[in-house]
Amino acid sequence: MSEPLVRVQNASKKFCRDLKKSLWYGLVDMVAELTGSTAARELRPKEFWAVDDVSFELEKGECLGLVGPNGAGKSTLLKMLNGIIKPDRGRIEMHGRVGALIELGAGFNPILTGLENIYINGSVLGLTKHEIDRKLDDIIGFAELQDFIDTPVQNYSSGMRVRLGFSIAAQMEPDILLVDEVLAVGDVGFRIKCYNEIYRIMENAAVIFVSHSMPQLGKVCTSGILMDKGRAIMRSNNISEVINGYYNLFTGEQRIQVGSGRVRLTAVRFGNKTDCITYPDAQAIDPNHYHHIDADKPLTIGLTFTMDQTVDCYSILFSISDVDQKLVLQILPPERPLNNHPGTQEVLVTIDSLLLNTGKYSLTVHFLKDQKTDWGEILLSVQSLLKFSVQRDRYIGAAPVLHAAEWNISDGPSSIRHGQGNTGQVMDLP
Amino acid sequence: MKLKAKDAAEGIMTKKKTVAVYTPESRFRSPWVLLKEMGADSIYGRELAWRLAVRDISAQYRQTALGLIWALILPVANTLVWIFLNGSGIVSVGKTELPYPVYVLTGTMLWAIFMDALNAPLQDTMASKSMLTKINFPKEAIILAGIYKTLFNGSIKVAIMVLALLVLGIYPDWRLALFPLGVLSLIMAGTTLGLALAPIGLLYTDIGKGLPLVMQFLMYVTPVVFPMPSQGWTSVLLKLNPLSSLILTTRDWLTGFSPGYLSLFFWANGILLVSLFVVLLVYRLVMPIIIERMSA
Repeated sequence: MSEPLVRVQNASKKFCRDLKKSLWYGLVDMVAELTGSTAARELRPKEFWAVDDVSFELEKGECLGLVGPNGAGKSTLLKMLNGIIKPDRGRIEMHGRVGALIELGAGFNPILTGLENIYINGSVLGLTKHEIDRKLDDIIGFAELQDFIDTPVQNYSSGMRVRLGFSIAAQMEPDILLVDEVLAVGDVGFRIKCYNEIYRIMENAAVIFVSHSMPQLGKVCTSGILMDKGRAIMRSNNISEVINGYYNLFTGEQRIQVGSGRVRLTAVRFGNKTDCITYPDAQAIDPNHYHHIDADKPLTIGLTFTMDQTVDCYSILFSISDVDQKLVLQILPPERPLNNHPGTQEVLVTIDSLLLNTGKYSLTVHFLKDQKTDWGEILLSVQSLLKFSVQRDRYIGAAPVLHAAEWNISDGPSSIRHGQGNTGQVMDLP
Repeated sequence: MKLKAKDAAEGIMTKKKTVAVYTPESRFRSPWVLLKEMGADSIYGRELAWRLAVRDISAQYRQTALGLIWALILPVANTLVWIFLNGSGIVSVGKTELPYPVYVLTGTMLWAIFMDALNAPLQDTMASKSMLTKINFPKEAIILAGIYKTLFNGSIKVAIMVLALLVLGIYPDWRLALFPLGVLSLIMAGTTLGLALAPIGLLYTDIGKGLPLVMQFLMYVTPVVFPMPSQGWTSVLLKLNPLSSLILTTRDWLTGFSPGYLSLFFWANGILLVSLFVVLLVYRLVMPIIIERMSA
């Protein structure tokens, strides 16, 4: 049936910035609720919309990724969907059993043993004793806590608590599953198990997934909503668009220039070989402008600079970072140190093709004395000299680097098909 | 018309699957739905309440050396203080039909049960904060679990009290069978009052801070440690206090006396029963509003 399981229409929620006022409003709201007041809920002093006019529908088998910076209203929206707090405007319909992996192990009593807590937590989540009895071995087995099940939960590590919490919550078999970034403390092995379990639940449920890990969302979600300051600023059935939109929210780090001052960078050239842009003043490059780069075409980087005559020779190291400021790529420096010349000098670097995935990146340049790339005097280092974006047709996988490869596919002994290049195109052998 | 057809279709679906609709509207606007939800939740919440009670009771005594004795220490200490005050002549309490130590022991024990019931709603809801802000479950279970806990702790008190009575030479008669009814009405009174205060107490901690003070005063306008005065404005005040008839009747049933305020006792219970339903309803309605103001 195509009847949506989740239907959210113009849902809004307001919060108060001031504690004293918030308490007072709480009292006023209680009276309004009890007298059945129908007055519209407008903003009062010190209030703001934490979730502002969000609408969407979700069917079985769909997974919606909610992304946005901290404080965008994602968790508040989840709490409304879960019925913990009421919307101040709009309407939310939830068809079926709702399972929430929001805070795992809420309600655990630290003094009681793991086993006792399984029964308590299970009841809180809506499982009957009979259901828990039946699934007890599964729960303990999945959490891999057989040896510690009679130990008080206060002696568990945080990872163990999350294991137990997840194992219990995963038994709910919900029609609608809400997941709010809960698995951060588990170890890698358990996280993988958890994701497999979430995939399994997804087959029979509609899922709403909140995470800051974009590769993860890219893998799981069929659609996405980008939230900022309570508003849904982007909704797309293509999660990679939403992820890009999320990255665009962060103007990123500003240019930082450090070094001994013996090098002065003047002009910069950057771009695909055919449409290279020259900036006569390196300082004047707009730090929020993104150069569009075609990753399959050669890339040129040119630097014009003057260097103090006390330096004999130097080397240049380029590094590329992604939006999370994680270093993803470095360009091999010249094999031999470059000799210093008096006056203005220019260095031109050409790269056949950048092996980068769709995304936003920033370029950093280091001038190093002699041939030292890992230590020693930094003559000049400009972080985020400029920024560029790579747009491929789609977001392929989750890794920042896409390596070119030659593909040979054998259908049988007689025909070997042959393909090559970044395009991943498969061609017949001549 | 079209809308109606759609609603009907949804109604059919409801039978198969639960549909939850959340709107900003006061749920008072659809009282029928509210009552139905309340009924469904109190059935499903019973098992949860039991679990929560077992959790708290077993945790309560696991980290103590004295264990169950803690349920007795406070009322016994209180009794000893009053026996001392009365015996030394510092405070002169009127004549009681029962020996004074028995009177004050039973009074303070019953009062302690009432206080347990009174404190439970606010304390237990506070303690469930982390659950309330993260999981949607029937909030009534917290209250019911509180009642279970009070019953458990109360029955220990009662058992000790009955033993003490036998030692002191007071032999309960057939009326002892009615005594649990008295204890239940005391717990109902405590729960009702505590539940009424809980919503405001959850927002403003002033309630929690002021409560012991107010309750101390309330204890002195209830015949806990001294008998009902026969004249004067205090006698009017004590008669107006519905707790008086509850305490007196319960004590009389325990110690084998014929209760003197039986009609007041039943009136008080009738009023309490209605009030309890009302405050439960209020609690249910306002909890989402309180939860959004709670720090997780």
